Amino acid sequence: MKRVPLVLGAILAVVLVGGPWLPQWAMFIVTIAFARGLVALGLMLLLRAGLVSFGQALYYCLGAYAAGALGRFLGVSDIVVEMLAGGAVAAAVAFVLGFLLARYRGIFFGLLSLALSMILYGLLVKNEALGSTDGFNILPSRLFGLRPGPDWVRYIVMACAAVIAVGAALLVHRFLGTPLGRLAPAIKDNEIRVEYMGASARYAVHVKYVLAAALAGVGGALAATTVGHIDPDMAYWTTSGEFIFIAILGGTGNVVAPFAAALLYGAIHTTAYDLSPNTWQMSLGIALLLLIVFLPQGLFGRFAWK
Amino acid sequence: MQQLLSVAVDGVIYSAWLFIAALGLTLIYGVMKIVNVTHGSFYALGAYAGASFTGVWLARGYPPVLSYAVLFGAAILITLAFAPLIERGILRFMYAKDEVVILLITYALFLILEDVIKLIWGVNPYFIAEPYALLGSFQVAGMAYPTYNLLLVALAVVFGGGLAWFLSGTRIGKLLRAVIHDPEVSRAMGVNVERYYLATFTFGSLLAALAGSYTAPTVSVVPGLGVEIIVLSFAVVVIGGLGSLPGAALGAVLVGLVRSLSVHYLPQVELFVIYFVMAMVLALRPRGLFSLEEPRKI
Repeated sequence: MKRVPLVLGAILAVVLVGGPWLPQWAMFIVTIAFARGLVALGLMLLLRAGLVSFGQALYYCLGAYAAGALGRFLGVSDIVVEMLAGGAVAAAVAFVLGFLLARYRGIFFGLLSLALSMILYGLLVKNEALGSTDGFNILPSRLFGLRPGPDWVRYIVMACAAVIAVGAALLVHRFLGTPLGRLAPAIKDNEIRVEYMGASARYAVHVKYVLAAALAGVGGALAATTVGHIDPDMAYWTTSGEFIFIAILGGTGNVVAPFAAALLYGAIHTTAYDLSPNTWQMSLGIALLLLIVFLPQGLFGRFAWK
Repeated sequence: MQQLLSVAVDGVIYSAWLFIAALGLTLIYGVMKIVNVTHGSFYALGAYAGASFTGVWLARGYPPVLSYAVLFGAAILITLAFAPLIERGILRFMYAKDEVVILLITYALFLILEDVIKLIWGVNPYFIAEPYALLGSFQVAGMAYPTYNLLLVALAVVFGGGLAWFLSGTRIGKLLRAVIHDPEVSRAMGVNVERYYLATFTFGSLLAALAGSYTAPTVSVVPGLGVEIIVLSFAVVVIGGLGSLPGAALGAVLVGLVRSLSVHYLPQVELFVIYFVMAMVLALRPRGLFSLEEPRKI
């Protein structure tokens, strides 16, 4: 019954203790999986209410650029500060846009979020101060003012990612148990009944939207500091497509699923790209098709852990 | 004054191109309620087919004037090879699903087709400049424009006018409108709705392929060609109202003019304005500028 906290704790322990023995490339994949998993976790919140955002890359990119701007203009490159800033900027923007988006459902929610993410893309592509299409490099990561040595920096970033991701997952797990969190499937099933119950569907969607954006912002900042470079493609619609793929792969059963799906996606991406660079998208497409048709609950949908 | 004139000419040319690209998307949404991401794939398929067929045609020394017909034929062939297969093989089993889920399915198909294109044509770029250069150029206020662009404008008028006439003036077109309004009642009245869906998807995809094949001479045909056109045509169609034919025309003209204004006066916002207009329309009139009020459904 306390399965989720236990599983999350185990994941954290394995990553922190086993981490130093991982090869550098594997640390990179795990860290990126945490970043993408955070975004997918936010998408899962929205998916539970029946909403598909085709523009989550907006917040992913905002988070990344917030982290980048910290280093570029203020000289700050502390991992934790970057991630908090990324999440805060994304949440602030989502709070404002949420007043608009919370009124939308179905295809219009998707298209409006798509338009908003493309607006950011359009702005960044033409902004020379931020490197236009090339983007710019992120300062080397620091932690609490210390600069880890080159052998340790990947591990440090991964450890911070694990701590933050597990913390976020726990928070979301708690949120899913609150009355507001439990409203999501009801909104998906029948919104009018939700209103008759005295609850506000719009308020619930707004809260979920801001939460999802904050998670995506943290994920974006994490990806930025891991990769060491950011560019406007992080806001492009294909990036949003990747996140939707991961969220659907994981399903909406529990908060661990998005991270498992993100890790699986990273592994598939890396191996498939290695084996056959010209057909990996096809394998993704086929997988997505099969998932939607045969496993609409996602790979981990059966495990509706409490 | 002179600059305004070239803004207008650029705007009209870009609008025409956008309209051809977006027309099929709005048709397919109007009839089938599918927001079709594979539209971009058919655009790319058309571009590749047009480029390679015309390339062979010219290399064999056949009359270059007929290359415009080859572009047309290439689009038809490539559409017939893929569109019926996709509709009959996959999409028809999905119609009962939610609009957003069908969108995801077409996204999956788009990913698959992206690589199918790479498998067929490889990853090297294709160039066919001859049809573009062949027609020479015309002058407006001292600026030279390739006459080929006039061909695009003519095509846009022919396609748009033709489709409007087909929908309102022919028996099949009227039946199609009946299917749009109520597929179930149409079915009860003996209309073969399935066949109309197949025809609509094929014809809508053909329009995308035609847009691609007639764009091929003006660009280098490279992988990823269809990726950008998807969001652009989404923007056009959403601005006018999903599923509306005059809406698509209005959206195309609006986006075309806004873009050409910004290119001439404020190039930094070129991409931004297009999606800004799209977001504003969605915010103020979510069903588009050309839409009727729709009662809220439970």
